[in-house]
Amino acid sequence: MPANRFNGHCDYGIGIGLRVPHYAHILSKKPVVDWFEIISENFMVEGGRPLELLDRILEQYRVVQHGVSMYFGSADKPDRTHLRRLKGLVKRTRTPWLSDHLCWGSVDGTYTHDLLPMPYTFGAARRTAEKIRQVRDYLEIPICVENVSSYAEFHASEMTEWEFLTEVVELADCGILLDVNNIYVSSKNHSFDPYDYVNNIPHHRVGQMHVAGHTKFEKYILDTHDHPVLDPVWKLYAHATRLCGISATLLEWDDKIPSFDEVHNEALKANEFIDGAKKAAV
Amino acid sequence: MKRPPKHAPARIGSTEDLRLFQRMMAAAVTRPLDSEDRLQSTWIDGRPMEKVAAEFIKPNDRLSSFERLQLYSRMYWFRLFDAIRDDCPGLLAALGERAFGRLAQAYLARYPSRSFTLRNLSSRLVQFIGERPRLTAPRTALALEIARFEWAQTVAFDGESRPVVSAASLARTPPGRLRLGLQPYVTLLALRHPIDNYVISVKRRDAMRSEASNTPDSAGAVWKPARKVPLPRPSRTYVAVHRHNNRLFYKRLDPDAFRILEALSEGRTLSRAVAAAGPGVSPARVRSWFKAWMALGWFCARGNGPGRRAS
Repeated sequence: MPANRFNGHCDYGIGIGLRVPHYAHILSKKPVVDWFEIISENFMVEGGRPLELLDRILEQYRVVQHGVSMYFGSADKPDRTHLRRLKGLVKRTRTPWLSDHLCWGSVDGTYTHDLLPMPYTFGAARRTAEKIRQVRDYLEIPICVENVSSYAEFHASEMTEWEFLTEVVELADCGILLDVNNIYVSSKNHSFDPYDYVNNIPHHRVGQMHVAGHTKFEKYILDTHDHPVLDPVWKLYAHATRLCGISATLLEWDDKIPSFDEVHNEALKANEFIDGAKKAAV
Repeated sequence: MKRPPKHAPARIGSTEDLRLFQRMMAAAVTRPLDSEDRLQSTWIDGRPMEKVAAEFIKPNDRLSSFERLQLYSRMYWFRLFDAIRDDCPGLLAALGERAFGRLAQAYLARYPSRSFTLRNLSSRLVQFIGERPRLTAPRTALALEIARFEWAQTVAFDGESRPVVSAASLARTPPGRLRLGLQPYVTLLALRHPIDNYVISVKRRDAMRSEASNTPDSAGAVWKPARKVPLPRPSRTYVAVHRHNNRLFYKRLDPDAFRILEALSEGRTLSRAVAAAGPGVSPARVRSWFKAWMALGWFCARGNGPGRRAS
């Protein structure tokens, strides 16, 4: 679904994450990029260079906000101070939609700064969906929730991860930021078929996709974002694109970050699979 | 974080069940690692950690419940250690790897993050060093000063900026009634050591080391331990950590100039603040200081609270 109500009816193409090592290149060379994804929390500050830099980027580029600390799945209520700050940033960036993760990471106001997996239960889904609705109503923009990669599963779970994702987004009536790398990583860590995941989510709710690199270890795979995208992930992306339509797609590269051109060229590989999806649709 | 339940709930139907489950998992993840960077083998109630982890985490064909939990715990501690090292290169250099590691672990165990952003991770480090001086002995006084200085840098980098008081509005108010605020991003520090020079030296060394590690031919080079930056010798130093044009600066201050700024930040009127500098300071010097501070945009309307002073 290229443009739908979950991404503000925007057809945004292929973007990359705005990262510190690329600032000088972007500001001096002004490369052509469809859009940048920013980590909201990096700009939820009161002054100084981060906001100056953001304003310079906003003069030239389209920006979409991606968060890492909303913790929709935490039992804690949304923090009003945090939401006020986030809304201020939303007004500044004019992001057409906002994404954050389907996970938890704080309890009783203490933060782990991690994206911890949910117990996949109906009760947790109801609570999570309620929080997503509250946040969306406060921010007044569409929200897409992203599936996380995980390394643990819980005895308390009552359904698969994709069933949980579906339950949450249907109850919240929100969009999905489908991270195909995360699906692949979790499928290896938990021994499920990643195509079952992609086949069984509500495709019309996908407002954005993520691709990224990961690292294989002997007994598990880590979602490291420090490599080019691996072939199985591109194949899964192609499959997801055939099912969901051509969505705004973003490459995440957060560690051992190479040159801007290398990151951008890696992201643009998505075009090959998008072309394939277009041909398949004809 | 409140004390975790004795057992994670077997069924998660309500928000309260979810909260208990999350308390259990968060307590396990954030519990300090052992000396080998492993999850501790016993839980807080003395039960084997293997058994506790198996109560709520499924094993798979490659990893036990304990090992899966340990992945998250290691990621938590390594992420926070990295963040605090990035924030405190001077403190790390002064204490050394081992003592800094002990301090960081004890600090994060006592004051886990209460903020959505890692930017605030070391906000209570000065307080903690004061509470647990043995962790930094025999360099506690120095450690306190470096920690203050490094936190001031974080504040200067992205702290709040308020509208600057104009020269015209200054001129309109008599000095006996005029109270000025210091920009929230400016921190005044009265130090017993030249911490500014020390931190600059440490950063230069670290930058050179980073540059060397990125050179294409460094792969075959013999690794050498980092050059140790000599600890600063005692010397009274007055400095303002601030930003200008959104770049970080350390500005050395004359002791009399420091006293004026300190008095202003405490809420004294302009005439009383200038008097705090003492009788030996010439009006011309005071005027030149104010000219520089105005040019830097340091003055704003006073807020409700006292100004920022961390001397």
